Parts: sequence; structure tokens; C-alpha cells
Amino acid sequence: MFSYYLRLALKSIRRNPILSALMITAIGLGIGASMTTITVNYLMSANPIPHKSDQLFYVQLDSWSPFEPANEPNEPPDQMTWTDATNLMKAKKAFRQTAMASSGGVVEPQGQDEKPYMASIRLAFADFFPMFDAPFLYGSSWQSSADDNRDYVVVISKSTNDRVFGGKNSVGETIRIVGKNFRVIGVLNDWLLVPRFYDVTTGAFGETEEIFMPFYMKQELEMTNSGNTNCWKSPEGEGFQAFLQSECVNFQMWVELRNDDEKAQYMDFMNNYVNEQKALGRFPRPLNNRLSNVMEWMENQEVVADDAQIMMWVSFMFLLVCLLNTIGLLLSKFSGKAAEIGLRRAVGASKSDLFIQHTVETAVIGVAGGILGLGLAFVGLEGIKTLYGEFVQNLVGLDMTMVASAILLALISSILAGVYPTWRACNIEPASQLKSQ
Amino acid sequence: MLTMHNVKKIFRTDLVETHALRDFNLQVDEGDFVAVTGPSGSGKTTFLNIAGLLETFEGGTYELDGKNVSNLSDKQRSQLRNEKIGFIFQSFNLIPDLDLFDNVDVPLRYRGFNSAERKKRIENSLELVGLANRMKHLPSQLSGGQQQRVAIARALAGSPRFLLADEPTGNLDTKMALSVMELLKEINDTGTTIVMVTHDQDLAKQAKRNIYVRDGQVSELSEVVSLEHAANA
Repeated sequence: MFSYYLRLALKSIRRNPILSALMITAIGLGIGASMTTITVNYLMSANPIPHKSDQLFYVQLDSWSPFEPANEPNEPPDQMTWTDATNLMKAKKAFRQTAMASSGGVVEPQGQDEKPYMASIRLAFADFFPMFDAPFLYGSSWQSSADDNRDYVVVISKSTNDRVFGGKNSVGETIRIVGKNFRVIGVLNDWLLVPRFYDVTTGAFGETEEIFMPFYMKQELEMTNSGNTNCWKSPEGEGFQAFLQSECVNFQMWVELRNDDEKAQYMDFMNNYVNEQKALGRFPRPLNNRLSNVMEWMENQEVVADDAQIMMWVSFMFLLVCLLNTIGLLLSKFSGKAAEIGLRRAVGASKSDLFIQHTVETAVIGVAGGILGLGLAFVGLEGIKTLYGEFVQNLVGLDMTMVASAILLALISSILAGVYPTWRACNIEPASQLKSQ
Repeated sequence: MLTMHNVKKIFRTDLVETHALRDFNLQVDEGDFVAVTGPSGSGKTTFLNIAGLLETFEGGTYELDGKNVSNLSDKQRSQLRNEKIGFIFQSFNLIPDLDLFDNVDVPLRYRGFNSAERKKRIENSLELVGLANRMKHLPSQLSGGQQQRVAIARALAGSPRFLLADEPTGNLDTKMALSVMELLKEINDTGTTIVMVTHDQDLAKQAKRNIYVRDGQVSELSEVVSLEHAANA
């Protein structure tokens, strides 16, 4: 019977093309608006590294002021000091670990025609690459010894490789950055992380950096600070070294812990470390150290922006208004079919037969509305890209999950919208319709 | 075939109660052809709707083919209607955007017949009413008489034992009305029981029995002995 009902639905839609088009448009507009905002929220809140997100932990130590917490109500600072980052790294207590910082510097391509340009730089340890599954096109990460030896080595992004080396395998080549020569150890392939979870302190949806170099180059080359730097008391003294020794926080740290035991042990280590530092006159606040896995950290950092969520709820309200319009149009459409419904009842259709027939019809309208809505969502997402520019380039796009979700949402919405008109249609008194036609 | 005993039907509004049928009693036997006449508002159509299980009733009993239909569910009533009753209406009630084949197919779809069985029945019934060569035409491409023939084919396709006709010739000119009446008599001759509501006394006289309804009750029952029926007897 389903194919019969489907055929009747298509005939019925063709019978009232304007009414049908209005309903499809109403559903399409609602679905388009909803899917645009759902897509943005979905991509914002997606797990960027699902297979190990519960093994990667962001480290927080509460080194903040005795008079107030770093963040209300009693949150430790989002980043840590140079002293703590380097101490934790030297202890090497985790399976893998990396402190990191963002910076920037001038790259001087060798060709005569290429001008120097400013590039984003991430200072990190060798473990950074296997921890975050960085994809290599050529070469590999530097060795751990290069971290301690402060070797002048770098891993560069594919775009940097294309720009400086014309896309060839540049492993072993020399690249000049911040006035120093570095040896290229590895070239990353395209690496799109949405969100870029390893450092969300400067925004969760930026691109991965163009150059990666050993962390201690920060000190070696007195690399500039990038991102947020917060201090609860001024550095004692002046100059770069004084900043590094201060209580200013500008460094992030991640550890990879494979199970609960490792996590518990690392937490003990952190607490012991803070207690040792307290004995040295630091860490005036009560113990308040944190290990947050990837999704906990994304939630803590409110990666899904409030205004995006508000937009989503507003778009749901809009969908509701569209569905209310659809209900009105369906009532009108089905009341126009009263004679046919009466006839079908007379010749043996039960109320449930008619309910299924008309539900199939609303479902067909819903699917058509869903397809239109997908098109409108695509236009909406392109509009967001145009409006917000590169900031959201990585954020907007429809994948198969969202396409299926759009159709499903349209289907469910239209069927729900059709319940009352369909119920009314099924309860038409056949006798009155048959005589009055 | 049909037995109604003291059947009552009351239509209520906030202000008025209208007794459409009061203690309505009637028996129609298998193979009978009954014409129901009476003034407007006398309850003819209400009787026909109750007989066709399209309306419920308040009191009394109604047995269709030996089965008490008083307490049937919607599903059971629909099934009984589909299997045992065929309807013919004054305004044909064909679905305008379905061709003749699909119009006749409507009751068969709810019967659960397979595709081959449906096709055979549709072709046979359209053949019977002389429209087999116009299966793919839309109702709007036919004359009124032809449309009523399609409605008769639709009513017959499921091989009902009981045919209810509500003013089947009301929208037709005299020539077409006579042709439809002839068709109904042929159908009755094959054993199908027919109850027909009509205003036309001449047509009513062509049935085997006449009943006259007044104020929601059967006021007269009369056997019609036409020349044709007398010859057949």
C-alpha cells in the first residue's frame, strides 16, 4: 500500500501546486534556518579527536593570587607559567607530554622574488605530533633530544612548504626564521582541526600554525608572546628573562594518560609538585589543580559560543512558526479533499488507512521541504562565511550527517505538523460529504 | 439480507433535536430490488447511510447479512462495507484526477487483492458497464451517464452482495436515467440485492418493491408487479 499512498501523495501535490509550493517553502525556510545554526553549533561542539579525546588532558595549576581566583567561581588560570611548564616537562611523568606556546616570526624565503612574511609559530615538544595525530606529508617529528639540545629544527605546514619550497620534499632543507637558519625535519599535510582544541585560548576555530619549533626556542631566541598573557603580580625585574621567571601565565600544557591509574598518578604528581612550590613561597591558594580531557576542556572554555546557541534557539522558533503556517495550509488542503475522503470511507477505507495515506502525503511534502531547506542552509552557511570571513572558514560546511539530519528533521517536523490536519481529515463524516459533493 | 428493527436516529444541535428515523422497521431479502421514496426530509438518505454503515444509530437493531452491526469498531465497519456493500451516489463521486481504472481500483485497494486480481476485476466491471475501452480516460472526459456507469463499475468491482443507490439518476437526463436503470436491473438479475432511494416514481415502479418513508418511518410497503417482472416470475 505504501507505493499506492506515495502515488496518491504525488498526485495530490500536483493537484494543488500553489498550496503545495507554499507548504514546501514554509518547511524549507524553517529547515534552512535551523540547519544553518545547527551546523555551526554541531561543528563547534564536535569531538576533534574522538579516538583518544579521553586520554588527552589539559593541565591546570592554580598559581594565582591569594586574594581572588583566576576565574569565577574558583577556577585555576587557563594557562601556566614558564617555570611550571618547564618543571612539569622536565619531570616527564606522563606517557606523553607537551608544554606549548604560540608565537610568530618573520620567514625569509630563499628565492629572490619571494618577500619575507610573518608566519604563525607554535613552540612545542616532540610529543606534540604523536599526541595530536599531526599528519606528516614528508619527514617526521624531531627527536626528544632536540628539545633538550635546543636544536634549530622545524616542522612546517604544507602551505609553508608550498610557499617557501614550491611544494617539493623539503626535509633537510634550510629555512630562515626570525633571522636564524633552521633545518626542516618534517612537513605536515593539510591539518584541519575543528575546533583547534590544543590551544583555544586565542579562539577555538583558528587554523593550525605554519611553523612548529622546539619549545625552548622561546627562551633561546626570546620569541615574542602571542595570545593571552595574564599576570596577577608584576614580574620582578625587567626584560625577557624576568618575564619567564614571573607568575605570568602564557603557556599551555597537555599530557597523554592512557588509563585512570595513570591519571590518578599524574594528579598526585601535580599536587606534590604544587606542595613543593608552596614550600618555596609560591602557589598561595589552596590546592586546585585540574586535569580535563578534550571534551571537558572544550566545555570549560565554552567553545560553543552563547550567541550561536541563542541563534539556534531563535531559528527553532522560526521553524515552529513555519510549521504552524504549514498546519494551516494542510488544514486547508485536506478540507478541500473532504469529498474524496468521504468516498474512500464509503468504499471501505478505515480511519487508520486514511491517516497513513495523509501522513505519507505530509511526509512527501516534508522531504521536499527538507531538500529545499538543505539548499537554503547551504546558502546560509555561505552567507555566514561572507559575513565573518576567514574566522569561520573551518567552521561552516555540510557533511553527510548534517544532510541526513536535515531530511530527518524535515520529515519529523512535517509529520508532526500534519498530525492535527490528518486527524481532522480522518474524522470527516462521510455521509455529509457524499451527499453534498 | 438487511433487517432493521425499531432503529432510531436523532440529529442534535444545541437548540434542536431532529428525529430522522423513529422506530424504523424494514426487512430486505436476498436478491430483492427495493425503491425507497418519500418527501424531502423524510429520512430516506439517513436510512441509506445507516444501511451502508456510514452513520451510527441510537436505538434498535440492525442486522446485515445476519450480523448485528450495532457494536462494531470503525475498522470492522469499514471492512464490512468494503466486502458486502457497493455505493452509487447521485453525483457519481469519482475522484477527478484518477483515471477510470484507478477510480474503480479504489475499493479494491482496501480489500487487499493482489495486482493481477485487481486488474481482472477492474477490466470485468468496466466491460460490464461498456467502458472497457476508456480505462485511461479521466472522469471529466466522460458524459454524466458514463460517469455514473463508472461509479456502478466501482461499486460492482468488489462483488458486493448489497448495492445502495442514492438518487442514482438524479443528475441524468431521461434517456441516460433509463439506461442506468436498465443496468441496475441487470445487476439485480444476477442476484445482487439493491436498495435505491429515488424521487422518481416511474423509476421506483421498475423495482421489485417500493417503500414509502414519511417522518422517519416506513409508512407503506408495496410489491411492484411490472409487466417485465411478471414475465420473469
